Amino acid sequence: MSISKEDYARMTRRVSPRSPLWLDCLKAFLVGGAICCFAQALVEGLFRLGVSRDNAKTLAMMTLIVLTALLTALGWFDRIAKHGGAGTAVPITGFANAMVSPTLESKAEGFILGAAAQMFSIAGPVIVYGCSAAAVYGLIYYFLRK
Amino acid sequence: MTEKKNRIIRLTRPPVVLASAGLVGKKEGEGPLGDCFDEIVPDATFGKESWEQAESEMLRRTIELSLTKAQRLPATTDVIFAGDLQNQCTASSFAAQTFSLPFCGLFGACSTMALALCMAAIGLDSGAFATAVAATSSHFCTAERQFRHPLEYGGQRTPSAQWTVTGAGAAVLGRANAQPGGVQITAVQLGTICDLGVTDPANMGAAMAPAAKETIAAFLRFSRTAPDDYDLILTGDLGAVGSELLYALLKKEDGIDLSPVHNDCGLMIFDRALQDVHAGGSGCGCSASVLCAHILPRMQRGELRRVLFVATGALLSATSTLQKQSIPGIAHAVLFSLDN
Repeated sequence: MSISKEDYARMTRRVSPRSPLWLDCLKAFLVGGAICCFAQALVEGLFRLGVSRDNAKTLAMMTLIVLTALLTALGWFDRIAKHGGAGTAVPITGFANAMVSPTLESKAEGFILGAAAQMFSIAGPVIVYGCSAAAVYGLIYYFLRK
Repeated sequence: MTEKKNRIIRLTRPPVVLASAGLVGKKEGEGPLGDCFDEIVPDATFGKESWEQAESEMLRRTIELSLTKAQRLPATTDVIFAGDLQNQCTASSFAAQTFSLPFCGLFGACSTMALALCMAAIGLDSGAFATAVAATSSHFCTAERQFRHPLEYGGQRTPSAQWTVTGAGAAVLGRANAQPGGVQITAVQLGTICDLGVTDPANMGAAMAPAAKETIAAFLRFSRTAPDDYDLILTGDLGAVGSELLYALLKKEDGIDLSPVHNDCGLMIFDRALQDVHAGGSGCGCSASVLCAHILPRMQRGELRRVLFVATGALLSATSTLQKQSIPGIAHAVLFSLDN
């Protein structure tokens, strides 16, 4: 083959269809926005029912997690996420789905080495780097405040 | 690197296709070729407890069906050449177990059907076997698990990605003259690895197109034939992107216009406008089911007389992808001719 890798890469880029960036952004904004509005409405509703603001926020988060787990198990979440993209991945819904989906799927390999071991296969890196970033941020905050 | 040596293996005692069968899942059954398949199984679990076992059952059923159609008993069959996409080809091993036959498990990714046919045909031509089965399968759910994400994971697919076909195909081959007037395999060509540096596992068509180009160009050159000499040059699962690139490469480097006689199993099996499969179908079961349930029966009916089947494979693993290795492509060719 006389074509160079660079020329072939150019040729590939030319023929490969691209993701519709603006449409994806719009859909992510609408879906992600809707999830956040729903969560905010929950917080406000719970607050009005006499729940403290901190508890209301925790309850709203828990509701999103449970709902996501339910929708994932029913096989509906991925259909929403197909359109929602970052809109479903960025809120806690994305995290919940990333934990539930590998767990469900690995049942066949047993509860310990299957479901439990695979539970963190996607969410694990988020926890590792999320906690690491929090520690670094905490240190910086601690020294700056001194 | 252009192939300098003639790699075509001419079969002097061309094996014949005794029968073939293709079995697919629900989505494939809803596609344009739905009426052709021997069986459409709406239950993706095939009544089994895991997706992996489901795939084995699908392949087992397809092999059994092809043997029944060929009026051959496992006891009078000599060998099974089979492969799939699962780690260590377990779908094939478990499927073959039930037949108690000599078994040769093959891995050629999506090119495996062509590889299995090559091996079976060479063995039959040499006289080592009298009857051989070539079969492959792929299952959307096992492939997603192994190469991508869990099924229910909410992610987005890029438009160049392809959809792994849930399907299996099996062909029973016999020695020359076992069925006069039937479809013969007159030549085969094993492919060489071809890698033009594509690293995107969501663009397998681009990774495999150079291999298809090399095999097709070499086959045409060394057999002194042109695309017009074939009723159909059928690639396995290049999809929309890979097919475009194949045309462009052949035109640019060899001055060959393939488009009038070319089709791709990945483009035939799904309706891309309606079925949300992006660039088309893929997987070993894609080319196997289309070939065994659609193309070979068309040849047997005399609608096609000379078909060059070139199945392509992207020989990557989940590990090689994570290690940022480029994707090695391969394409094997099998020439089917209608016996006069």
